[in-house]
Amino acid sequence: MKDIHLVTMTVNGTEREMAVESRKTLADALREDLRLTGTHVGCEHGICGACTVLVDGEPVRACLLFAVQVDGRSVRTVEDLAQDGELSDLQQEFSRCHALQCGFCTPGFLMLAEGYLASDPDPSESEVREVLSANLCRCTGYEGLVEAVCATALRRRQTP
Amino acid sequence: MLRGEGTFVDDIHRDALHVAFVRSPVASGWVREIDTAEAAAMPGVVGVFTGADLGHPTLTAVLDRPEFVPTAMPMLAADKVRFAGEPVAAVLAESRYAAEDAAEAVWIEIEELPAVVDIEDNARVEVPVHDVAEDGVLLDLQMFLDPDLETTMSQAALVLDEQFSFGRVAASPMEARACLVEWAPRDEQIVVHISTQIPHQVRSGIAQALRLPERCVRVVVPDVGGGFGVKTVLGREEVVVAALAHKLRRAVRWTEDRQEHLMAAFHGHEQRFHVRAAFDSTGSMLALDADIRVNVGAYSAYPFSLGVEPLMAASEMPGVYKVGKYSARGRGYASNKAPTAPYRGVSRPQIVFVMERLMDKAAAALGLDRIDIRLRNTIADTDFPYTGPNFVTYEPGSYVEALQRCVTEVERAGWATRKQDATDGLLRGIGIINFSERTAFGTSVMGMRKMPMTPGFEVAHVRMDPTGHVTLTSGTLGHGQGHETSFAQVVADRLGLTPDQVKLRQGDTDLAAFGWGTWGSRSLVVGGGAAARAADELAGKLRAIAGEIFGVEPHRIVLADGLASVDDKPEANVEIAALAAFAHFQSHQVNVNDSQLLEGRGSFDPPGMFSNAAHAAFVEVDPGTGGVRVTDYIVVEDCGVVVNPLIVDGQVRGGVAQGIAAALYEEISFSPEGQPLSVNFMDYLVPTACEIPKVQIHHLQTPTDLSVLGAKGMGEGGTIGAPVAVATAVNDALAGHGQDFDRIPILPEHIVERLGAARIAGPAEAKEAR
Repeated sequence: MKDIHLVTMTVNGTEREMAVESRKTLADALREDLRLTGTHVGCEHGICGACTVLVDGEPVRACLLFAVQVDGRSVRTVEDLAQDGELSDLQQEFSRCHALQCGFCTPGFLMLAEGYLASDPDPSESEVREVLSANLCRCTGYEGLVEAVCATALRRRQTP
Repeated sequence: MLRGEGTFVDDIHRDALHVAFVRSPVASGWVREIDTAEAAAMPGVVGVFTGADLGHPTLTAVLDRPEFVPTAMPMLAADKVRFAGEPVAAVLAESRYAAEDAAEAVWIEIEELPAVVDIEDNARVEVPVHDVAEDGVLLDLQMFLDPDLETTMSQAALVLDEQFSFGRVAASPMEARACLVEWAPRDEQIVVHISTQIPHQVRSGIAQALRLPERCVRVVVPDVGGGFGVKTVLGREEVVVAALAHKLRRAVRWTEDRQEHLMAAFHGHEQRFHVRAAFDSTGSMLALDADIRVNVGAYSAYPFSLGVEPLMAASEMPGVYKVGKYSARGRGYASNKAPTAPYRGVSRPQIVFVMERLMDKAAAALGLDRIDIRLRNTIADTDFPYTGPNFVTYEPGSYVEALQRCVTEVERAGWATRKQDATDGLLRGIGIINFSERTAFGTSVMGMRKMPMTPGFEVAHVRMDPTGHVTLTSGTLGHGQGHETSFAQVVADRLGLTPDQVKLRQGDTDLAAFGWGTWGSRSLVVGGGAAARAADELAGKLRAIAGEIFGVEPHRIVLADGLASVDDKPEANVEIAALAAFAHFQSHQVNVNDSQLLEGRGSFDPPGMFSNAAHAAFVEVDPGTGGVRVTDYIVVEDCGVVVNPLIVDGQVRGGVAQGIAAALYEEISFSPEGQPLSVNFMDYLVPTACEIPKVQIHHLQTPTDLSVLGAKGMGEGGTIGAPVAVATAVNDALAGHGQDFDRIPILPEHIVERLGAARIAGPAEAKEAR
């Protein structure tokens, strides 16, 4: 009676196939079927943004998408940011700016910022604040997060 | 963490069954029938369990005092439900999807009763929340009663008679509660992976509820996604999951969703104060009388009990001020709302709010400056050690200096000029407040509460392996406070190592002998103090062995830069790693007793000590929408010796954000029937990056000899000061328009109402008026 679908998506550069119920969220599919548990689930109603991943380069809420909706598309999660074991510039700035405490919201903020900086490489601080207001953090008071994203943008502009 | 490799409970992969809880749809009522047949027959369902199926496990949090009425909390409600969202049955299934489907198919018939929403409702309902307390009063303690207070009041130049109240809030960490419980047959244990701040108390509570020896419960805490107090108590859902795993000998898990968390986890801060304060004509406070009433919800949370808020408020109320004669009564009232637990700040946000508002009101009534009246009443440097009428002795702090420095920083930032800016129609205000925070409560202080399990001390263990690396275990449980960094720093300093050579292990009750977890701004002081002592013991052993090698007394050995060397002959040295290898592998050459054991144990149990801070907030109020923006924030704080400034600043910033949230945004509101109305993040407004300003932080350092490190705790201060700093600034911005706000949260509709005719109409209304 379960209606199961075979979906194929490119996850972090690798093509993956899954058999999922139609109602299974992308977040659950990533976490349970692919064991990519870096994507966290904080509210399951699209407000907190802890589950933010990139679909075809755009930040989306993985708790609000069904896995079947992502069939044939490309997904990027926090596990893909560090390359060859080395933290990305964005991750390095998060660490340097003390942009995390408990770390639960961190993957969502990283992916939000990654998607955003790709579309707007030269944002003002207030634009960064406004974009980051898409996600919730309960520990840091946001200052380190804003600083880290601004610093990453600057770094990327300076390194062609 | 940055790589997505953190491991939170829900990230642990196991072949586990999933629990979904069937919860009461109403706030109060008699349970007439629970029909689980349909649910139990659904696909993927392993079983549906009621309280009866589990032998009615309960937990009773008590205070051993006659003023306290104990009430048992059933793990699953059986004959009566006492709040909307209370768990009644547990569905166990092969997936969470299947469990939630089946939970909807469980039929509960409830004969609804009128709900106690506000504490006054206790007098109106025919069926009380608990039969043992017909008036709803579960705790009534006149903690202080000065016989001369009324005489002083009658002769004073000014007596303020004021009411203050505070909305109910939820800690709402980004990771809600979660647990995964497994059966480990080889060790005859249930292994409880749980998101908690108090691993050893979880062990005690589960063992008590399931009537098991504590050895049979092993609690292992992975990464914890924030706590803020809501994880300092044991949830009934967590006990049920443990009971099911133990009963079925299967791995069982539950991950709370946000709606469950906001509706049915633990809340805090719903308090009311009726306060009278007497002043002479110069603004000196002569007497203070506080009647503190707390809406504690339906049950007393284990282990702290419902006494945590009323007792804290009554005992700590005077704060940084000399209040003269003091009387205080603290009461806890039952209601048909979720139980309360300690939430970051525990009553201090409320008592500081009250004291600071009293200062402002007295200043206004007597025509005095708001800062001057504070300075007149503040415990001065020459007063320390100061023992107040609350029988608390305050060790030296910088109460006067912090306030003065804060005023200076506000002047330097040009706020007074900016406040005058009227060009854009916004109303601007400044709030400056001053307070202290008792931190690192030890057993001598916690013992006064009379809990059957009195928290406060901490133990630590360090051991050095043959490569010279150190493993430290602690009973504290850092979850974002950077204990891995600061504790390692403390131990490394004492052993002459670098912090990366010290690894903190925590959260495993089979690894750390005992402890009281992380809460109450205690960890670095108490846990770090114990770690320092343990490291000192180990350092003594290293010195003894090195002393033997170099033929000098141990005290002449210096441990620094990875070397053990003779004090006046630095060329006589040995690498600490080589010393560790020698002690382990060549112990036959060592004569020092016990040298094979390169380990040390330490414990620490301070009485508690006071951090202090002054806060200043600058707000802009939009007189059209009633919206408030906190644009600037200044903190001058003194937590004694700062071990790690980055971590201290992080705690301050996060705390201030939660304080601003309580002042302007967050409230769990209820319908008259007791239905919680803000149970998702659309309605319960956790502030975003746009609502929280940059926080300018300045440190003062008054070390204390009450702690090993000279440090005072500081995890809660931001949350304590910010609500009243912001409220004061809003009141300042709206000065001349109606009555000041003495309740938080202050919402846009309150501001619009207060502005009345002075409200600037929006474009549509303006057009209509024309």
